[in-house]
This record gives sequence, C-alpha cells and structure tokens, in this order.
Amino acid sequence: MNLSYKTQRIIIITSFLALPLVLLLLFTYYPSVMLVYYSFTDWDGFGFDVNFVGLKNYREIFSNPEYFQILRNNLYYFIGGLVQTALALFFAVILNSKLKGRNVFRVILFLPYILHQVAIAIMFQTVYHTSYGSLNKLLEVLGLEAWKQQWLGNPAINDWALAFVSLWMYMGYNMVIFIGALQSISDDLYEAARIDGANAWQSFWHITMPSIKNVVELMLILTLSGALQAFTVPYIMTLGANDTSTFLMKTLDVAFKFNQFGLASALAVVLLLMVAVVVLIQRLILREGGTRV
Amino acid sequence: MKAKQLFFDTMKYIALLIGTFVVFFPLYSVFVGAFKTRQEFYIDRLSLPSTWNFENFSIAWEKGDLALGLGNTLFILIVSIVGNVLIGSMSAYALGRFEFKGRNLIIGSYLVAAVIPLITTQVVTYSVIKALGLYNTYGAPIALYLGADVIQLTIYLQFIRNIPYELDEAAMMEGASLFKIFRSVIFPLLGPATATVVILKFITIYNDFYVPYLYMPDRGLRTVATAIQSFVGPNAARMEVISAYILLIFIPTIVMFLFMQRYIFSGVTSGAVKS
Repeated sequence: MNLSYKTQRIIIITSFLALPLVLLLLFTYYPSVMLVYYSFTDWDGFGFDVNFVGLKNYREIFSNPEYFQILRNNLYYFIGGLVQTALALFFAVILNSKLKGRNVFRVILFLPYILHQVAIAIMFQTVYHTSYGSLNKLLEVLGLEAWKQQWLGNPAINDWALAFVSLWMYMGYNMVIFIGALQSISDDLYEAARIDGANAWQSFWHITMPSIKNVVELMLILTLSGALQAFTVPYIMTLGANDTSTFLMKTLDVAFKFNQFGLASALAVVLLLMVAVVVLIQRLILREGGTRV
Repeated sequence: MKAKQLFFDTMKYIALLIGTFVVFFPLYSVFVGAFKTRQEFYIDRLSLPSTWNFENFSIAWEKGDLALGLGNTLFILIVSIVGNVLIGSMSAYALGRFEFKGRNLIIGSYLVAAVIPLITTQVVTYSVIKALGLYNTYGAPIALYLGADVIQLTIYLQFIRNIPYELDEAAMMEGASLFKIFRSVIFPLLGPATATVVILKFITIYNDFYVPYLYMPDRGLRTVATAIQSFVGPNAARMEVISAYILLIFIPTIVMFLFMQRYIFSGVTSGAVKS
C-alpha cells in the first residue's frame, strides 16, 4: 500500500511530535503555570485544601529581609563565576598559542568538568576539613600555619570556599568553549596586525576580544543564571549550615521541609523570573549583535 | 626578541603549572588517602601510604551500594539518552522539514521552555510525578530527562537546517516513504548532532543529584549521586573509606575521558555554541 506524500506528511507530523509535545506540556508548561497559580495560594502540597490568598506570599517574601539576605549568598557564586570566566579566557589564550604540551594541559584543566559533581563536593569536604583536611595540612607544610581556617565553619569565608568548588568544576568547561571560539579566528588577522606593528596586548584587545564577544557574553549569562540556581555544592557540603543556604535551597526547604508549597511556589516564581530576565537579556543582546552564537 | 619570547613562554608554563597543581591537589589527597589505613590517614593526609592496601575500596564497594548505584545510573542513562536522541531527531525532522499550521508556535514553545529553569518548577513537578504514579520508580527520572530539558531539540533543529533539502527530494523521486527518508537519509546525516546530544546528556544525567534525590528516595533505586551522598552521612568520620569511594567513581570517567577526549571536546563545544 502506497500512501500519498500528503497523507504520509500528516502521519509523520502527528506521530513524531505527539509524544515530545505531551512531555513538554506535562513537565515544563503545566508545572510552570501551576507554579504561578499555587504562588497565590496557601497550599500545603498534599491535600485538596487550596485557598486563594492573593499576594500574601509575595508580600511575605518582599517584606521579610531573610529571603534577600539569602540571595546574597548566591552573589558569591556569581563573583566566583566571574573569576572563573576570566581565568578560563586567560588559560584559553595561553593554550591557543604555539606551546609544547598544550594538549596535555588542556586535558588536565578540563578534567574536573567530567568528574562526578557530587563526588567532587564530597572530595572538597575532606579537603576543607578543619582538623584532618588536606588544605590545612598543606598550609602547615608550607609554613603558613597562620592561614589555617575552618573553611566550611567560618561564616566569613565558607561561601567563598564553596564558590571555589564550583569554579574548580566549571573553569575547564568555559576554557574549552573559549579555545573553540579562539580557533575560529583567522590567523591572517593577527598576521596583518603584526605587520602593522601591533603588540600582543593590542591584538588581543582589538582582534581577539571583538571576535569572541558573543561567547564571553554567553559565558557571563551562564554564570549568572548558574549562580542564581546554585544548589548541589552547598547542599552536599554544608546543608546550608553556618549561613551558606542559597535561594534555591531555601525554596526547596520551604516546600518539602515546612510544607508551605504556596510560599515556596512564590519563591520559585521570583527565582524563575530572575533567571528568565537574565537569559532574555542575553538573547536580545545576541540578536542585536547580528551574529547568533 | 628571543629573550622576550622565552620570558613569555616561561610565564605561560608557570601559570599552567599552578593551574595543574590546583586541579591535582584535591585529587592527589583523596588518591593517597584511599590507600591508607584509618590511623595513617588521620596522621598525615599528604604523605604517600606506607603500604598500598585496598581494604578501603572493598569496604566502600560492599557497604556503599555502589554497584547498585552504577547499575541504576547506567539503566537510566541508556533509556534516557536513546529516548532523547529519538525524540530530538524525530521532532526536529517534523519541525525542520515541513511547513504546517502551528509549526512556529511549537518551535517558539520549545525556545521559551529552554529559558525556564527546571529546578524552580520542581515544587509542582513533584505533585505531577506523584499523580502519574511515577514516584519511586525509574519512570520519574526518565520522564523528566526526556521531557524537561529540551536542549536536544535546539541542537538537532540547528543541524537539520544545514542538510540540503535536495537529498529528501532525490529520495522521493525514487519513491521512498517519508519514514524511510528520515531513517536512512536524514538520521545518519544527523550523526554529529547525535554525538553532541549523547555527550551533553550523559554529563548532565550522570551528574544529576536532585532528580533521583527528590523522586527516588527508595534505597533500591539509588543512583551514583544518591548512593555516595547517603553513604557519607553516617560514615563522615571514615574519610579514608570515603576517599576510596570517590576514586571508584572517578576512575571510570577519567579512563573514558582519556579515550574519547576528541569527541567530548567537540561535543561540549558545539553543544554550548548551538544551544
């Protein structure tokens, strides 16, 4: 039996798209819409007892400074992310030059990215341990005993220590993306600049940077949205103790520990809007730049 | 000029060696720690073990549900990755090759979905999973990995646009059915996109903590991520065994990475640039 292409087309379109669309609606759109709905209620997450409470949850969030103080903890991950992006670019430029052994270094610096993240977080618990951690031991060996710290216990530095774990994990990823972008710049441009008498810094600033501007922007956006969603590292390493809770940890606690799903939904909506705004800004900037990454 | 070049190269190597040290230091300390006896571990974290004993590894393997975690993770990975490849390539074929009513709406809804951070909607997704009876089953992670993260569609869609439509037309001249064109012409040509999807999904799913943690608390359903997390809680004082556990998780990935670096680098790069 030969079906006409017109019939086949209808069959293909429906059968190839049915399941993906059901999944998309069920696990992305339905939860998002319901999230907004529940954020206006006092739902406890279990029963059918859902009462509309208007803006009460949002008023709670915006009037209780606790929530935005927690957001400050996310800031550490963002600053760590900025350092990470800068380091990644630095190493990418180095590894993009003609250097012996550069492939070995690329593999080494990328290595943390492919390791299991939960295991990495646990590894750093053993590194940061106050009495038996390898970091304090290293400082001792180097004669820097005065620098020894309660890395995860001292609220003045523990967020930095956690943000560093995240940097350790992701730096190589950013670096490899940057290397890819650098390799797509034509050598002729550098050659021409050299003939015109440009020094290394000038050609970096006037050739390299403009060519990879989009990728840098992309990395910064990923950093910002990643920082807003920081969760696994602090959750595994401190469970939020000593003031290391992030916004998302707080949200999940409010939902699953305190059964205030209405309030948690409102927190999640606030977070979702923050991330969405960041990503939308990036899309707009990219479109304006003309070239899509 | 020569001296200046030498100076710059030296500086570069110094920077790279510092980077290498920072990467290797924590790895080195768990590596040597994993082979030490309990007593030796707590005396000196940094020295080489006096004898290389493997006892910690067997304790970690036996008590840590690691075999279980690896098995569950592997099963979930295979089903989810195959599903993602099929769903991604099939919907990209339907959306990328045919004009029909609602097409732009669907593409648009995928693009918007890519902006919604999934972890924020878990509060509600939790009740969806429960209502579907998927809670504490393999179905929960598989459904979420298939339905929630839509990066595979964007990657395939970008890629299919660069496959010339003349190929489809030529096959139609020979009377091939559209399904056959998808299977024998388009899908094979999507190979590089498939490689990217496989690598990206492997990394995200393998590392994922919160989906198995939230949706599969059952001990028999532990993945690598939840197995090590629940092992560490009650055994926090046995850092030498924990070190061995960490190594057991790291070693297979490192070996795989060394063999497949070329694919992993290109998969990661094109994944980031295309999404």
